[in-house]
Amino acid sequence: MRMPIFRKMKRWGTLCTVVALFSILFAACDTGNSPSILNTAGPVAGQEANLFWFILIVACIVFVVVEGWIILNVVRFHARPNSPEPKQTQGNNALEIGWTIVPSVFLFLVLAVTIRTMFGLAQPPGNHVTVRAVGHQWWWEFDYPNDGNVTTADSLYVPVNTVVQIDLVSTNVIHSFWIPQLTGKTDDIPGHNNTMWFKANTTGIYRGECAEYCGTQHAHMDFDVVVLSPADYATWLSQQQQAASSSASGMAAQGLALFKGAGGCSGCHGIVGVDLPSYTSSTAANFIGPNLTHFASRHLIAGGILSTTNIHQYNWANDPACQIVNGQVASPSTCGLYQWLLNPQAIKPGSDMVIGHLTPQQITELIAYLQTLQ
Amino acid sequence: MATRTVVEGVSIERRKRFSESYLGQWVMTTDHKKIGIMYIVTAFFFFLVGGTEALLIRTQLAEPNGKVLSPEVYNQVFTMHGTTMIFLFVMPMLVGFGNYVAPLMIGARDMAFPRLNAFGYWVLLFGGIFLTSSFLFNAAPNGGWFNYAPLSELTSGCGATAYTCTPGPNADFWALGVLLLGVSSIAGAVNFVVTILRLRAPGMTLNRMPLFVWMTLVTAFLLLFAIPSLSAASILLLLDRHLGTHFYQAAYGGDPLLWQHLFWSFGHPEVYILILPVFGMISEIIPVFSRKPLFGYTFVAWSGVAIGFLSFTVWAHHMFAVGLPPIAQAFFATSTTLIAIPTAVKVFNWCATMWGGKLVLKVPMLFAIGFVAMFLIGGLNGVALAVVPFDYQVTDSYFVVAHLHYVLFGGSVFGIFAGIYYWFPKMTGKLLGERLGQLQFWLFLVGVNLTFFPMHLLGLMGMPRRIYTYPSGLGWSLDNLLATIGAFTIATGVLVFLFNFILSLRSGQPSGDDPWDAFTLEWDTTSPPAVYNFPTLPVVRSRRPFYDKKNPDIADWKMGTH
Repeated sequence: MRMPIFRKMKRWGTLCTVVALFSILFAACDTGNSPSILNTAGPVAGQEANLFWFILIVACIVFVVVEGWIILNVVRFHARPNSPEPKQTQGNNALEIGWTIVPSVFLFLVLAVTIRTMFGLAQPPGNHVTVRAVGHQWWWEFDYPNDGNVTTADSLYVPVNTVVQIDLVSTNVIHSFWIPQLTGKTDDIPGHNNTMWFKANTTGIYRGECAEYCGTQHAHMDFDVVVLSPADYATWLSQQQQAASSSASGMAAQGLALFKGAGGCSGCHGIVGVDLPSYTSSTAANFIGPNLTHFASRHLIAGGILSTTNIHQYNWANDPACQIVNGQVASPSTCGLYQWLLNPQAIKPGSDMVIGHLTPQQITELIAYLQTLQ
Repeated sequence: MATRTVVEGVSIERRKRFSESYLGQWVMTTDHKKIGIMYIVTAFFFFLVGGTEALLIRTQLAEPNGKVLSPEVYNQVFTMHGTTMIFLFVMPMLVGFGNYVAPLMIGARDMAFPRLNAFGYWVLLFGGIFLTSSFLFNAAPNGGWFNYAPLSELTSGCGATAYTCTPGPNADFWALGVLLLGVSSIAGAVNFVVTILRLRAPGMTLNRMPLFVWMTLVTAFLLLFAIPSLSAASILLLLDRHLGTHFYQAAYGGDPLLWQHLFWSFGHPEVYILILPVFGMISEIIPVFSRKPLFGYTFVAWSGVAIGFLSFTVWAHHMFAVGLPPIAQAFFATSTTLIAIPTAVKVFNWCATMWGGKLVLKVPMLFAIGFVAMFLIGGLNGVALAVVPFDYQVTDSYFVVAHLHYVLFGGSVFGIFAGIYYWFPKMTGKLLGERLGQLQFWLFLVGVNLTFFPMHLLGLMGMPRRIYTYPSGLGWSLDNLLATIGAFTIATGVLVFLFNFILSLRSGQPSGDDPWDAFTLEWDTTSPPAVYNFPTLPVVRSRRPFYDKKNPDIADWKMGTH
């Protein structure tokens, strides 16, 4: 008879198709470039990732057993012309008790590991660097309260192999602070003093994101974590603690004049030494935009909206496209900061950066000045 | 139009009353069957609305730096996708099936409160229109379906200084819409509780009630206790927004977390409201198409009750990242782990029902088996989310989106389609096309996995939720594209269904009264049933009264079973 052979082919055909389709689903499993929680760079993320592998094993076992049972049922018991009428079994109490107890044991094992890891993730006592992370709509401010209240934005600089305590502050809506490769997230809630910690084992740059829907530009509230050797970190910190020069030369001088005057920038942005006496001045709180004192030392700007694919290689100030050659920006269309100053609302609609029109000359002068803010 | 009324040999012509016209019969009905159909059709319409919103989302996210939707529009679309699917599709769809089928299953003439029943439907319709009309004002809710404070109190989610936008009524549409829909739900819930407890045919003890009726009863209780939490939260929100109170505002001594606790005290029981009736449907369909009774009836029924109670103890597992004390987090991790147990028991019982059976793989059964297979995945990634430190990483990421869609689409929607294919013949007297149904099933099965499985990977790779676009170079692009292809695969399946539905209504194969050789009382009627349902009170001596009637020699009650 033709039927049995055809059925076997159909069975194998189905199986192969299913396997092929499923393998597509695992495509892009290579997480090389990704801020993957499994590509860990610190002990907090490391412990959290270990839990994932444990869960995956348990889940796979259950998946294979139960899906296997379903497939077995379909293959073995589907109605055939000569199938007998089934026995009208109502149940089996012993089986019920068995398959209540066995999953319970598995589940309580998982729970025990969960609770043990939870309490094991408490912040270790001792020395740490404290950073206040303030969630704005839609960018992150980072203050270093124990280091002269150095105030930066978008890029979080920390030393390697050091506990970093993050104190989360918000005066607007709820945000969430997440660095997948270093730590799970904690929400940043108005009126709450949430605090979290992480430690990075290796130097490098790690992607951070806001992970609680906070309005129009929630998608563009990224930050990055720049992990430096202790020496480099100390250098960075002392540099940040310096005020910016209150004078400049050449195009940068025009830029500074624009910043203070016709450009309107100083209405929203503070630069220590220019329109802000110090990081701890009472007037610092009046600026709704990020502090720009050492703007040129940052990787990301504007909540990460203009991060380039070469983010790990240089910061915006070193971007070849933004270098000023013969009084002109090298490549205005690909220099992120140029585009931002040209039309911020086109790039990040809804943000608070609402500025009047700037001419290309004015933008070039501002960039020249901002590049001096190392 | 004139009608003739004959009274003692004298015939009088009068105008047809509105209630006798075709439109009037629907608009003025209090018959549970008609109301059920209206709920189902309305819910299906909103399924298409929510599905369109989903396709818009997936089109925007197909590629990095997508420019299909602006952030303002995207944020309205994703909010309304969730709100529509939950409040205007799944809930009314399940109420619709409950309305149609439950009174028939218990041998009743109608629901206990027919006019309240009609009221519930019309409030739903009005609420749904109200909520969806917000798009016309470019003020659709845009704070997420969960509408967290204090974002919801910044009105339209503008920047802190509101330089660039003016406050809008988006959150008011949401709060008022949800309040209205809550009224409809409570009306329905009260009706179900009284109907099921008081109108069962003689001989139908609780222990002999169909599982679908059991689950509908538990769901009704969940609604009664959960909806008030949502209503209270919404009222406080409206007070904050319009009458100067500060319940959710930290600067004045309020607390944003109050919203979250109130919302999730509704929100968690809500997800069981979305799945328990489906568990009931599956518990009816698998036995019929396995040609044997449900395995472990008592355990399946009581696990549903256990899930109902436990569902009120797990809510803060949606809040593991907000900074709750570790002891509290450990409590909620424990309760969440516990609730997995009765669910697992059900899955095993469904599998055991199939074991040793004679499986008729018609479309209702395909969807039912697909349900078990897909819901299992949702259950497994759900247990993963209960592992608190792992949750710190993946909460608010696409991993959760994967979880919720496996349980809501792979679960609720597959179950709903199983119910549609199963009960359509009873409602219309026609069968839905089998071949087209199979095509839809496979499109759905492939589509659901293609759309939502990659989202596990996206979450693990650090992609947060609710972002209107994402950059290139992070390894997220391929999985997003796969998800979009999957979404359009599902959409194709929906089109196949619509075609099948219209074709079958017009020229489908007549089904007869009992196309599936089923076990429960709703099949012991004509297709569709007469307005009075049963000409005489049904006889119930076991859990399968219709099976007993058709097989008197081997009836359950004769074989010493219940």
